[in-house]
Amino acid sequence: MSRKPPFPVSAQSTASRRAFLAGSAALTASLFLPKGVRAQDFPTATVNTTGLAVTDTEVTVGILHSVTGTMAISETGSVQAEKLAISQINEQGGVLGRQITFIQEDGASDWPTFAEKARKLLVNDKVASVMGCWTSASRKAVLPVFEQHNGMLYYPTFYEGLEQSPNVIYTGQEATQQILAGLDWVTETKGAKSFYLLGSDYIWPRTSNKIARKHIEMKGLEVLGEEYFPLGHTQFNSVINKIKLRKPDVIYAIVVGGSNVSFYKQLQAAGIDLTQEAPLLLTISVTEDEILGIGGESIEGAYACMKYFQSLDNPNNMAFVEAFKEMWGDDIVIGDVTQAAYLGPWLWKAAVERAGSFDIDRIREASPGIEMDTAPEGFVKVHDNHHLWSKTRVGRAMADGQYEVVFETAELVEPDPFPEGYQ
Amino acid sequence: MFADYSWGELGSIFAMQGFAGLILFSVFVLMALGLAIIFGQMGVINMAHGEFMILGAYVTYLMSGLFQTWLPGLFGIYFFVAMALAFVAAGALGMVVEWLLIRRLYHRPLDTLLATWGLSLILQQLYRSIFGAREVGVSVPQWMMGSLPLTDMIELPINGIFVMVLTLVIAGGVYVMLYRSQWGLQVRAVMANRSMADATGINTGWTDRLTFGIGCGVAGVAGAAFTMIGSTSPTAGQLYIVDTFLVVVFGGAASLLGTIASAFAISQTQSFLEFFLSGSMAKVLTLLAVVGILMLRPQGLFSPKIRK
Repeated sequence: MSRKPPFPVSAQSTASRRAFLAGSAALTASLFLPKGVRAQDFPTATVNTTGLAVTDTEVTVGILHSVTGTMAISETGSVQAEKLAISQINEQGGVLGRQITFIQEDGASDWPTFAEKARKLLVNDKVASVMGCWTSASRKAVLPVFEQHNGMLYYPTFYEGLEQSPNVIYTGQEATQQILAGLDWVTETKGAKSFYLLGSDYIWPRTSNKIARKHIEMKGLEVLGEEYFPLGHTQFNSVINKIKLRKPDVIYAIVVGGSNVSFYKQLQAAGIDLTQEAPLLLTISVTEDEILGIGGESIEGAYACMKYFQSLDNPNNMAFVEAFKEMWGDDIVIGDVTQAAYLGPWLWKAAVERAGSFDIDRIREASPGIEMDTAPEGFVKVHDNHHLWSKTRVGRAMADGQYEVVFETAELVEPDPFPEGYQ
Repeated sequence: MFADYSWGELGSIFAMQGFAGLILFSVFVLMALGLAIIFGQMGVINMAHGEFMILGAYVTYLMSGLFQTWLPGLFGIYFFVAMALAFVAAGALGMVVEWLLIRRLYHRPLDTLLATWGLSLILQQLYRSIFGAREVGVSVPQWMMGSLPLTDMIELPINGIFVMVLTLVIAGGVYVMLYRSQWGLQVRAVMANRSMADATGINTGWTDRLTFGIGCGVAGVAGAAFTMIGSTSPTAGQLYIVDTFLVVVFGGAASLLGTIASAFAISQTQSFLEFFLSGSMAKVLTLLAVVGILMLRPQGLFSPKIRK
């Protein structure tokens, strides 16, 4: 089958974009979409030669996240975002004329369970792709399964890099994209000279801090301390005392999960007022989700460096936030990972349409170079290494729990999962 | 490791770390008191202790929202109302649990471990269904934020001082109840010899229920206090359970004084090691020390004198 895709995805038409923005996608999209995208024009036998769960009217994908256990806190937003994207795609007419249905499995915050459920989705359910995982541990657990059974995983979390798989599309940022621009920003615009690094004790904070330390030292600046705490640690008085004693310009904190609540509350109680910026606090692990637990008044003034904030001021994002609230309630907050999870189904749809096929091998070939100008974060592009080009932004936490964007890179930052000289 | 600091700085370090250790000590005592009553006096291994704490935390969260919406003028004191309600709620749940589950297991202490472990999973899921999987934010009243500066280097966090005072009050209350009241006498009698106590006319069933309820209630108050310094989420209780058992077992299960002494020893060790080593390393060394001492003294630091 050599049929060209009905339209080049990059030009994914102001028409469908406008439809997306209008929020009443179903009606308008069907008017604007090229006539070609009807299921009967893509006979199942030709677009699905590998026996995936694709019928003449439907295509099934998998959603694999923890909805129970300790990670449920973080992964809930990802599940919500993926379901929103799927329902919007369906309103616009689905993928190659087929409506998306999904099978959701619970990884239960347990890595062997993730692997088992991934196998179930790929082998028993024959899903056409999987959106899922959050922690690096869960991704590492499912990776061999996806490679063995040739599945495609859309992985939404910012992570430490040092990985690239033909069977994964990484929709979050890898470590260099997130860290370097943020450090450059504090040194250049805030004149920071000395840093205190701290984080939770596992691979992501340690790798991220290694890259940060390297970058700081290459600039001829100083790291005054580096420290790690067990996951779930709730007492930070000692390290806060050290910080007060050594007086760094920047506290670079990548504590994760519930520990954040303790850390910021104790920082405030110890008399460190982040709005004074002396010391200034820069984090890559606190999204709007975490602020919900910390309380805006306790973290006001801190800076976070990531690619997306709910407050981003562009039409894509406004429509996204509105649609998200309409589906999941007004008091919801949307963090960086949630937005990255939202990209998964859209990038998959774009790849399928570009390939004109649901086959994993053809999607893989079609994926690099896919551009998406309807992303809430703005514009993204899939790199040959399966990561996304994206902008890096710095936001300042406000008392109401949102970030005010104070900086963004002029250009998209190239993903570099195996950074030379940073390992 | 001392060479990096001047004498003046070292003085401040010891003062600040000592105080940080005292806060940690108060936290440990608050966590462990309820468990010391339940595990120490009744022999029930309550794995759901953390979930009773989180119940107190959620009650505080609800009160914080309620006062903000309806009684903003009284927000400064909402916390005391929340603590009282946390005690009542966790205590009531504790009594229900004792009646439904625990009282059938007094002769099989190991099975209480399994049963309460299951209970903790059920409670976690219940919280998740009611409050959502994400952390909830509990607002801190204005007067509890900030710190008291003593010198340039030394500042005492107000919420830390608050937790310390609260610990004193509650530990005192528990002491009076257990060792200076009629009820305490009954509790100790039932634990020493159940059938004999029964024969002297003590209502052992009711004593058990009340003891369990009060233990859980104290956990609820601890949970309420921890919203000022820690996170409130369905699984946050899990963060405390290991430390709590460590403190109680190290102190000698049945001894209130032992619990306090062990909390003090562990917290100060942890606090000083944290300053000169790293957070993870401090934890490892503290655990090693505890294990070492328990090998030499399996009954814990303090144990009641019993004729064998």
